Amino acid sequence: MRHTATPSAAAAALLAAAVLLLPSAPAPAGDAAWLPRPALGQGEKCVADTDWMRRNHMVALTHQRDATVRDGIRTERFSLKGCIDCHAVKGADGKPATAANPAHFCRVCHDYVAVRVDCFDCHASRPEADAAGGRQAAIGRYLGRPAQ
Amino acid sequence: MSCGSKCGSGCGDGATCGSGGARGDAADTARRAFLRGVAAAVTTLAVGVTLYSFGTEPAAARAPVVPGAKVSAKTRWGLLIDAAKCGDGCTACVAACRKENGWGDAGRPATDAQWIRKLTVRNPRNGAAFALPMMCQHCADPPCVDVCPTGASFKRADGIVLVDKHTCIGCRYCMMACPYKARSFIHEPLEDQKPHAPRGKGTVESCTLCVHRVDEGRIPACVEACSDAAGGAMLFGDLNDPSSEIAKRVAAYRTTRIRADLGCDPGVYYRNI
Repeated sequence: MRHTATPSAAAAALLAAAVLLLPSAPAPAGDAAWLPRPALGQGEKCVADTDWMRRNHMVALTHQRDATVRDGIRTERFSLKGCIDCHAVKGADGKPATAANPAHFCRVCHDYVAVRVDCFDCHASRPEADAAGGRQAAIGRYLGRPAQ
Repeated sequence: MSCGSKCGSGCGDGATCGSGGARGDAADTARRAFLRGVAAAVTTLAVGVTLYSFGTEPAAARAPVVPGAKVSAKTRWGLLIDAAKCGDGCTACVAACRKENGWGDAGRPATDAQWIRKLTVRNPRNGAAFALPMMCQHCADPPCVDVCPTGASFKRADGIVLVDKHTCIGCRYCMMACPYKARSFIHEPLEDQKPHAPRGKGTVESCTLCVHRVDEGRIPACVEACSDAAGGAMLFGDLNDPSSEIAKRVAAYRTTRIRADLGCDPGVYYRNI
């Protein structure tokens, strides 16, 4: 992670404040069109109340991450992989979009509040089944050569 | 090596030094019986079900995994690698690791990540050679952890040495400290990593002993590949559990740990090197 705790906390607070404004999706008629509407998950309901998730998802993810990496606690709830799998958004090619696509579940709100997350510097931003070839393509773009 | 101070370097195990052929024969017989058991288990079970259950007594191989439980210091995961069974040209373990963890795509050998590699060690005087896989040795006293300025390089309670990439700043001190050249630095931006093995530009990484599999009660990908396709040279298990196959074999046979003289107490044991 490349930011310190202080900007992270500030970003979290900013995000928490900003997402309070977000409507539930699907938006009720007459809601402001300029508010971001992140994609609904594929399941029946989220792992926690929508209001709670808006305010606290970053805390839950950070807590879960330390428990998993350091202590080997691998529970389904609040796993980033779970969010990615459930909230996959289809891109122009019909496959789930990566975080490079502004329609990505995380980016819809994070772009709106101008909070950059670095989760996807390391973590996959779409479900594994759809990821074939993506890693090599990314390296190829970086190295300026076609994907092998 | 436990006997290192008693019988000096070159002697693998004080208990077996000079113990004669009778014991070796008995151990050989036990080993054959064990291998028959493994062969039967591998051929009759569906892949990934209980492959981690080595030996003829599957239930004794490993305690059941408790979801959501912290890893315990009662366990010390380790590997026992028999170089005599490790084929010179075989890279099944390396290929399995690459596939499992998604590394080694960039085609730049000078800087490409290398979680595990095959080495051929040759004595130039007489030509004697053997091959072995080399990876993070999961030391009990890891130098990479000692030198890490941010605490990113750490040892789990169960002995697995990892990099917490959330706190890694990419300084690469650990790469310099590691006597085994086990760590790599990621130079390229990545996408579509394996969900269970996050990797990113600017961080250091190394063999995780397939920690995501171990936490599920499975064995590392290299060990699985070696038992499936190759010579069955690798054995994974709990060194702290006297009833585990690995602990029995480490107790029974002469084993070596590479650069044991450094006092890092590696968790990877080798035979026939």
